[in-house]
Amino acid sequence: MVKIKGIELIKDGKRLDGRKPFETREVEMKVGIIPNANGSAMVRFGKTTAIAAVYGPRLLLPKHLQEMDKAIIQCRYNMAPFSTDERIKPGTSRREMEISKVVRLALEPVLFLENYPKTTIDVYIEIIQADGSTRVTSVNAASLALADAGIPMKDLVVALSGGKINGQLILDLNGIEDNNSEADVPMAFMPNKKHITLLQMDGELKHEEISKLINEMFKAGEIIYKKQIEALKNRYSE
Amino acid sequence: MRANYILKLLEKDERLDGRKLDQFRPIVIEKGIIERAEGSARVKIGKTDIIAGVKMEIETPFPDTPNEGTLKTNIEFAPIAHPDFIPGPPSEDATEIARVVDRGIRESNSIDLEKLCLIEGEKVWGVFIDLHVINHDGNLIDASSLASVAALMNTKIPKYEDNKIIRTEFIGKLPVLHTPINVVVSKILDKYIVDADKEEEEVVDAWLSVATREDGYVCAMQKGGSKALSLNDIDYMIDLSSKKSKELRKLL
Repeated sequence: MVKIKGIELIKDGKRLDGRKPFETREVEMKVGIIPNANGSAMVRFGKTTAIAAVYGPRLLLPKHLQEMDKAIIQCRYNMAPFSTDERIKPGTSRREMEISKVVRLALEPVLFLENYPKTTIDVYIEIIQADGSTRVTSVNAASLALADAGIPMKDLVVALSGGKINGQLILDLNGIEDNNSEADVPMAFMPNKKHITLLQMDGELKHEEISKLINEMFKAGEIIYKKQIEALKNRYSE
Repeated sequence: MRANYILKLLEKDERLDGRKLDQFRPIVIEKGIIERAEGSARVKIGKTDIIAGVKMEIETPFPDTPNEGTLKTNIEFAPIAHPDFIPGPPSEDATEIARVVDRGIRESNSIDLEKLCLIEGEKVWGVFIDLHVINHDGNLIDASSLASVAALMNTKIPKYEDNKIIRTEFIGKLPVLHTPINVVVSKILDKYIVDADKEEEEVVDAWLSVATREDGYVCAMQKGGSKALSLNDIDYMIDLSSKKSKELRKLL
């Protein structure tokens, strides 16, 4: 994806793909797509597509990694080499390593890890197509995969991105917006109590703009939350 | 034992070393301590001790920014710095810190990268910030970011002639436009503290790193820790962080 100088990303209140500032892309969610996994899900925001699989809780080996009083989460976010315009070299980049960590921390507060000592809950995420907002798409997929695995959760985890383009605050950045944005704020939260479990930001924003964006993300998150519940119901109504 | 004591003290708004909740440990900044580096600084926050060295190298620009110099930030958890640091490739924590520090500098447009272009699309200056942890007693993010900015501020650009870098002669200073300052605010129970030391970090529920520019804009944030935060928490933490950043900037 290329940075384009002076690009007009929003015109007459409409974005390049026709969306209004606080409109998300088309969202598709499907639960139970990988027979081998204990839980799995696919989540798509526009073109951005993430597949998550959960294995566990299962015995953690080697033994010295075990926690005596709780389970650990092992999370891997990985981009498929064919997921972007330019091929991504296989292997874990610094970016992927960091995202794996923040996604893991986004999920941790909803789980009862103390119920599964000495085990691991493995969350594997593959981005098969990337068009912006991949980490938040991953969190939604992982939330569904955990629920599908039958692992007790305090709440689902809902995630989306916010940002600013041409001076306008927006939600759900696509690739070209992401690359040319003035700011980018990915966030994940537990919808029932509005507890934020992932928050990052880069770019330039005033404090008031950050608060405004978070509130807009809470609002749009309600719809994503409903979609998650619907996807889970569909899985078991067939 | 110690952890319980830290929590007990915090209930009374007190800390182990007698600091206030919003008080840093003593900060010492020394600039230009490595002669062979184009820029350098050593920052001590209490017992935490970090050296930042800046090296200037000739690089090929990225295809999407053919007329801009490049920036790369790296941190090494040298095994000398803590019994838990072991030799080997960068850990997840080290990678996160390097990226958080890098983002604060990059997103604030701290360095005028366009001035570092030699031949568009072919040759630009690359700015490499390497952070070396000498002693780890907590708050590596703030110490790393302060050391990085201090080092950038005294970085000189060497002469480049006949495809060679002449490291003994300089053409001028690195164009530093902004001074982003990173302040991590940590939440323990219902208290917010700055500059958590190593022992305090072990009981932190959640933290928010905020990089603020001198004009008040927030340029980067990162939430960490295993507990969630509310919007009220975040509003409070951004305010506290940007207030403290003004104090820290005066030390540069």
